[in-house]
Amino acid sequence: MTSPLRLCVRRTSASGESATLVTLRLPSDVSCIEEAVELVTRHCLAGHHATSTTQFRLRVVLSEALTNAIIRGNGEDRTKWVDVRAELVPERIRVSVTDEGPGFDPDSVPEPLRPEQLDEANGRGLYLIRKLVDTVEFNERGNSICMILRRP
Amino acid sequence: MGFSQTKDPRGVTVVQVDGQLIVGNRQELKDMVQAAVEKGDRRLLIDFSRTGYIDSSGLGALVSISKRIRESGGELRLSGLNDDLRSLFELTKLDTLFAITETPEQALTSF
Repeated sequence: MTSPLRLCVRRTSASGESATLVTLRLPSDVSCIEEAVELVTRHCLAGHHATSTTQFRLRVVLSEALTNAIIRGNGEDRTKWVDVRAELVPERIRVSVTDEGPGFDPDSVPEPLRPEQLDEANGRGLYLIRKLVDTVEFNERGNSICMILRRP
Repeated sequence: MGFSQTKDPRGVTVVQVDGQLIVGNRQELKDMVQAAVEKGDRRLLIDFSRTGYIDSSGLGALVSISKRIRESGGELRLSGLNDDLRSLFELTKLDTLFAITETPEQALTSF
């Protein structure tokens, strides 16, 4: 069976500095998330040094953003796609995840740390993303998240 | 990749998480623990020594599992978290909800 994921990798080098651009399109199916995370991480970091913590954080935030895009953004409608664009340059990794949904207001999502919320099964995804990367931005519609990790 | 279940000689049910614990497989872990609890198991250890990463869905599944075991009068322990995995529990304050030991052996002897 062929994978439903569509991957494109482009490597460039200018003034002695190399950069990698990875784009991936996947259907709104949570069973694709693990493979998507591995493909983007592996191709984005190939040939570059990244600490194990940077690799770990990249995998976790990608998994979170893809989960949000597939379940909340696209409502697991398999006719809708999720697009990932990961760009690695010497000083940072910039990853955006975009769904086809109506978007949401990220400021309306509460922090999940109140004692009475500890027993809740949901609500930690966006909070974790904000804690694990250096910068998080959304587009105006709220259907595209951009996460930036500075490279140590 | 996946989950394997064994029984320690002391009677503790040990579940090993190989690979990731994420939205795509969290239900499998919940079902495995649910079946163990229904069989009468009351002391459970989930070991993460061979785990790559956990996302918030995986953390949420652990919260549900913990609640289910507490409701049945049982005890859940977690072990084998490396520094990166442990940071997820600390950031979300879930380290205050779970009994976490460094190694599975420490968890098994402290039940």
